[in-house]
Amino acid sequence: METLVKVENLIHKYDDKIVLDIEEFELNRGEVLALVGSNGAGKSTFLRILNLLEKPSRGTVKIFGVFPTNNKQKHILRRRMAMVFQEPLLFKSTVYNNVSYGLKMRKKNKDFIKNKVLETLEKFGISHLINRQAGTLSGGEAQRVSLARALVLEPEILLLDEPFAALDQPTREELRDDLYKIIRKENQTTLHVTHDRNEALVISDNVAVINEGEILQRGRTESVFNRPINEFVANFLGVETILYGKITSKRNGLCIVSINNQKLEVVSDLGEGEKVIACIRPENVTLLKYSLKAPLTSARNSFISTIKDISSYGLVYRVAMDCGFNLTSFITRESLDRLNLKIGEKIISSIKATSIHLLSRK
Amino acid sequence: MDIFIEGIKQAIQLLVELNREIFLIPWRSLLVSGPSVLISLLIGMPIGVIMGLAKFPGRKLLLSLIYTGMGFPPTVVGLFVALLLWRSGPLGYLSLLYSPTAMIIAQVIIATPIVAGLILAAMQQLDPKLQLQALSLGANKLQLLWTLIKEARITSLAAIMAAFGGIISEVGSAMIVGGNIKGKTRILTTAIVLFTRMGKFEKAIAVSIILLFLSFLANFALTYIQQRERIYWKH
Amino acid sequence: MRKIISILIVSMLLIIYVIGCATTSKIEEKEIILSTTTSTYDSGLLDKLIPAFEKKYNISVTPIAVGTGEALRMGERGEVDVVLVHARSAEDKFVEEGFGVNRKDVMHNDFVIIGPEEDPANINDLKKVVDVFKTISENEILFASRGDDSGTHKKEKKIWEEAGVEPKGDWHIEVGQGMANTIMVANEKNAYTLTDRGTYLSQQDNIQLVILFEGDPLLLNPYGIIAVNPDKHPKANYEGAMKFIEFITSKEGQGIIKNFGIEKYGQPLFFPDVIK
Repeated sequence: METLVKVENLIHKYDDKIVLDIEEFELNRGEVLALVGSNGAGKSTFLRILNLLEKPSRGTVKIFGVFPTNNKQKHILRRRMAMVFQEPLLFKSTVYNNVSYGLKMRKKNKDFIKNKVLETLEKFGISHLINRQAGTLSGGEAQRVSLARALVLEPEILLLDEPFAALDQPTREELRDDLYKIIRKENQTTLHVTHDRNEALVISDNVAVINEGEILQRGRTESVFNRPINEFVANFLGVETILYGKITSKRNGLCIVSINNQKLEVVSDLGEGEKVIACIRPENVTLLKYSLKAPLTSARNSFISTIKDISSYGLVYRVAMDCGFNLTSFITRESLDRLNLKIGEKIISSIKATSIHLLSRK
Repeated sequence: MDIFIEGIKQAIQLLVELNREIFLIPWRSLLVSGPSVLISLLIGMPIGVIMGLAKFPGRKLLLSLIYTGMGFPPTVVGLFVALLLWRSGPLGYLSLLYSPTAMIIAQVIIATPIVAGLILAAMQQLDPKLQLQALSLGANKLQLLWTLIKEARITSLAAIMAAFGGIISEVGSAMIVGGNIKGKTRILTTAIVLFTRMGKFEKAIAVSIILLFLSFLANFALTYIQQRERIYWKH
Repeated sequence: MRKIISILIVSMLLIIYVIGCATTSKIEEKEIILSTTTSTYDSGLLDKLIPAFEKKYNISVTPIAVGTGEALRMGERGEVDVVLVHARSAEDKFVEEGFGVNRKDVMHNDFVIIGPEEDPANINDLKKVVDVFKTISENEILFASRGDDSGTHKKEKKIWEEAGVEPKGDWHIEVGQGMANTIMVANEKNAYTLTDRGTYLSQQDNIQLVILFEGDPLLLNPYGIIAVNPDKHPKANYEGAMKFIEFITSKEGQGIIKNFGIEKYGQPLFFPDVIK
């Protein structure tokens, strides 16, 4: 696997304040990596450094194996990448002139530019906008143009700085799907910065979580989501239920964790006596009607719970319960109707021992 | 009041007759102010762009120099240029005083800070990220400059017009370094002064009308382009 | 209601005050406006004459220095009360057309021809100014002309006329500025020019040009003073103007003229015409 970006011992400061402190970072060819973190975590600064638009205070940034030392080298390397910002930042001209900009800067011949631009506009479904002035476009159209303007260059690395953040929900999802169809089809190496964990979950092979300038965890997306390395990552990635407890006993790899007065059975490598944080993702909590005789289930943990709150959460409903500790579950609209859930009623919630993730609390 | 109406009547007659003397004057004005604007753009634009975007030591000093230069009295500029170009002055060997070239030198000194200052302001109004975006799309330094100037073209155009308006209607330096020599350095403004002194008010008015018309034309072109652009850039 | 009344009273008082001012100034007529030529003004003579007059008559004088053409036009329009110029035929026309009255000769100075010391046109030995002009035009030697219709320019044109030459061509530079500036241009271009002696003397430290020809009677430059005709312009301060004319042609005024410039240049700039 070819490493396109390699960062080592990077420190970046603004007026003595450290904004980035990255020991190691790699981006490989063909990888789609989501860099997630909250606002001010240093994501955008990191992207600018990778695009060689900003010089880090210390450390090495190798792009395509080269550690550029002068502006000429930077310029050459920069021409093998492309970056898209949150705002479309279109030039005051037509869509055609915008999309052809980078190719013109590279002094490609006219016919080549024309064919390439037409092809890319087609891919993004904006061929009809070709002669429009950029200022007359809607937000979604403008961002499409901005993405086309970057992808027309066939960059070896595509850097996306929250390109959908300013768009409304339906536009965002439509554009996201269209963009990732292209990225997947063309095996485009992409580093996508976002503060939206759901977006990260949907688009990426791998995810890196950044906070206060440090990358806390990097790995395959589902493994990071399911096995967050610490409480911050867990919280950030949207593990809704986080419980503090202690492993009271362990047999056959099955830990008994006591939390308040309740006991959870969890599969974990951690040993007896350890203080732990138990992470339970809402989608892993199954609900059963209380009036039914409890059916046989492989779930080791079943609790009689009282429904505290039901709220709509996009396509799913979020049910908040009290079963000695607070627990949340995501269910579909259908399940909600079939179970006829109401606030204040009792219900049985069950969680598989394998879908609870234990973090050691040191 | 009669003198005014009579003057205008005769002025219009001179214009309608396409009086040769009257029409050669604006032509010479343009021959001087045109190159002046062009040269001050070539010097002032890069200065304005760089000052507007880059940070470097001594920037603040240069900034105050430019702002001072923007308000520099043309007469003072004329005086200094004349002192330099006098035969006894340091550049006397060029024998440039009382020539269109001398006027161009003075006008460039007057107009360059105006161009630089206004372009600088225009650059600072641009989204700083636009610069990053252009670089990221593969622009080199020169291409970046050009892109940013194009992005700020309306305000840049205003800078050009302000420079042109400033020097076409300027009389102090033109008189001092040009000398108001008939057929060579007599331009619109110095001609107006002369005709007024001679009591030839109808000629003075005729030339004034041409000067006003030229200023109007320049401003009309600017407004027209601004309005056309506004259709596309409501925000 | 009281407010309105007080506003009315205040405005009434203001109006009375303004009218009062206007009429008093009309009655007293303590000021005259004099239009004159830049060369007279630049010589500094007026700075000696005017204070002496003001002290004696208690009438203040505002001099306006313009070209001869404009000075006379201002008189035609009644913008000024008295005109002091040096362009005899234009002065006569001004009086003939009824714009001015009581023209008096005041003084004269003389013109000289200055040029580069090496005298490329070789005019030094010539006797008549028309020959000088002929030589200059025949050899197309650079000549700086005022070109502003001023008294000096009119004199120059008259000499060309008498020499039978129509000055045309690149060698004849029309400057279109005052005398001092024209001398500057001539100095820069190494050209000849016709100037009044006074302006030349005041500039001689700044330039390399020297006097190459002088003394022809045609080069005399008489100054005349004319009051603006009160029948044409009743607003003109005729009495003040007449007092100024009286003063400038008096023994005292003529004395000031006679001595002016001796201290500075070692020679007078003007020669009084009323007393000798």
